Amino acid sequence: MFNRDVSEREDGRGNEREGGQGDGGRWDGRGPAIGRRVLLGTLAVGAGGLAAAPYLQGGLEKFLGAASQVDPTGIVNTLPNGGGFRFYNVAASVPTKTAATYRLKIDGLVEHPRSYTLADLEALPQTRTDLDVQCVTGWRVPKVPFQGVKVSDLLDAAGVKAEGRALRFTCFDGTYSESLTLTQARRNDVLVALRMQGKPIGKDHGGPVRLYVAPMYFYKSAKWLSGISVTDKVEPGYWEEYGYDVDGWVGRSNGRDDAPTV
Amino acid sequence: MTSTAGSAGPTDGTTRRPSEPGAAPRPGGSAVIRRFTLAERLVHRTTSWLMLLCVATAAFLYVPQLAELVGRRYLVVTVHEWSGILLPVPFLAGLVSHAFRRDLGRINRFAPYDREWLRAVRRRWNWAGARPAGKFNAGQKIYASWLAGATVLMIFTGLLMWFTGLLPLVSRTSATFIHDWLALTVGIVLAGHIGMAFKDPGARRGMRTGSVERGWARREHSEWEDETAAEERREARRRSD
Repeated sequence: MFNRDVSEREDGRGNEREGGQGDGGRWDGRGPAIGRRVLLGTLAVGAGGLAAAPYLQGGLEKFLGAASQVDPTGIVNTLPNGGGFRFYNVAASVPTKTAATYRLKIDGLVEHPRSYTLADLEALPQTRTDLDVQCVTGWRVPKVPFQGVKVSDLLDAAGVKAEGRALRFTCFDGTYSESLTLTQARRNDVLVALRMQGKPIGKDHGGPVRLYVAPMYFYKSAKWLSGISVTDKVEPGYWEEYGYDVDGWVGRSNGRDDAPTV
Repeated sequence: MTSTAGSAGPTDGTTRRPSEPGAAPRPGGSAVIRRFTLAERLVHRTTSWLMLLCVATAAFLYVPQLAELVGRRYLVVTVHEWSGILLPVPFLAGLVSHAFRRDLGRINRFAPYDREWLRAVRRRWNWAGARPAGKFNAGQKIYASWLAGATVLMIFTGLLMWFTGLLPLVSRTSATFIHDWLALTVGIVLAGHIGMAFKDPGARRGMRTGSVERGWARREHSEWEDETAAEERREARRRSD
């Protein structure tokens, strides 16, 4: 029925334009519901994309990763996940700390509280890792070299008192905090990191000094680390107050099943 | 085409002002015509503010330079989530308005001249009368329908990211993937919508005050009168049936 109306109208088109009140003006059929089809089509494509996402994403990220290597304009890095890392900051602003102003304070239930400068930390034995970084929001950056001082070395130097059970990490952004049990913190892949990807850690990535907890989601790796305090029980950190798991093992927490990073 | 004595040149009959001395009221009424009711404009106004808030907070979460500028991630996330989740509310509230429902019907239905409009756009024809349109042109119809679908998808994937484990079948990673890329697309399409409004003061006036100049309407929406007449005939027929 509609098709007939169309052809009638289109046949008389030229004349009715001149007269303004041509036969076409009498057309009062309702056209097809294209709007509804566009809406449902959009939903269908979205649902398909959601189902195919695990396959699409890998290929797309590989493509964008390769493209960003040869892209002089930097546009690729502005595309979703094109650059790998994403910047998260919970505080209003973060002060800049230099080698001259940076301090890491170790206190709480320890025999010898002390404060380290950047140079002090650089002088200690360094450990290197080269593992994937996995964020709890889904992004993963393969093989990110980190270098720094093992947290366990700093704990040994400070001498943890018998009643010490956990660590509380604080940050010079004034807001963020994190926690680990003593056992978790004594792992060989838990570092006070000074270098990332072969360079001193930049401010955006939490520099000059950040925590790096290799086996856990990246929110555990607090940026802008300024204090380590030994406590008698775990005090949940910033995101953990908002429902993130305190024990943030990659693939075994936060309702996720990512491949473990370690 | 007639000219009025004393005027500098021939006047276009469709834009004659009622205040013009000696201007007899033309069939079809005054120089301005009603395009949108207050209810419709309120729906558009609240939706656009929510959308703006949603897009701005998205930018502050997503673009590293902007994220560094404001920080306060928890606050920005909360504003983003709520402005997004509230997006359909003005639309749903608008459904009580007869005029709004009627315009939704106009957006939904495609008339033969909509195909002409699309063809003219594809071939870059833009002489007067090349792009016939009813109250809404084919581009506006596709824009509105697509954005409605995209908004539903954004809210759905957003909820999956907000409440992980809502649907165990879909991982948060997949939801984020769709949410990110669709957000980019929505941003580009919205920029197009705003850009086109920017170029057309007549259309902006319609959304701001509710009425448009008859000349603008006849130029930009040549089939609008016919469309309305057809609707009235259809309604009359329905009543007589």
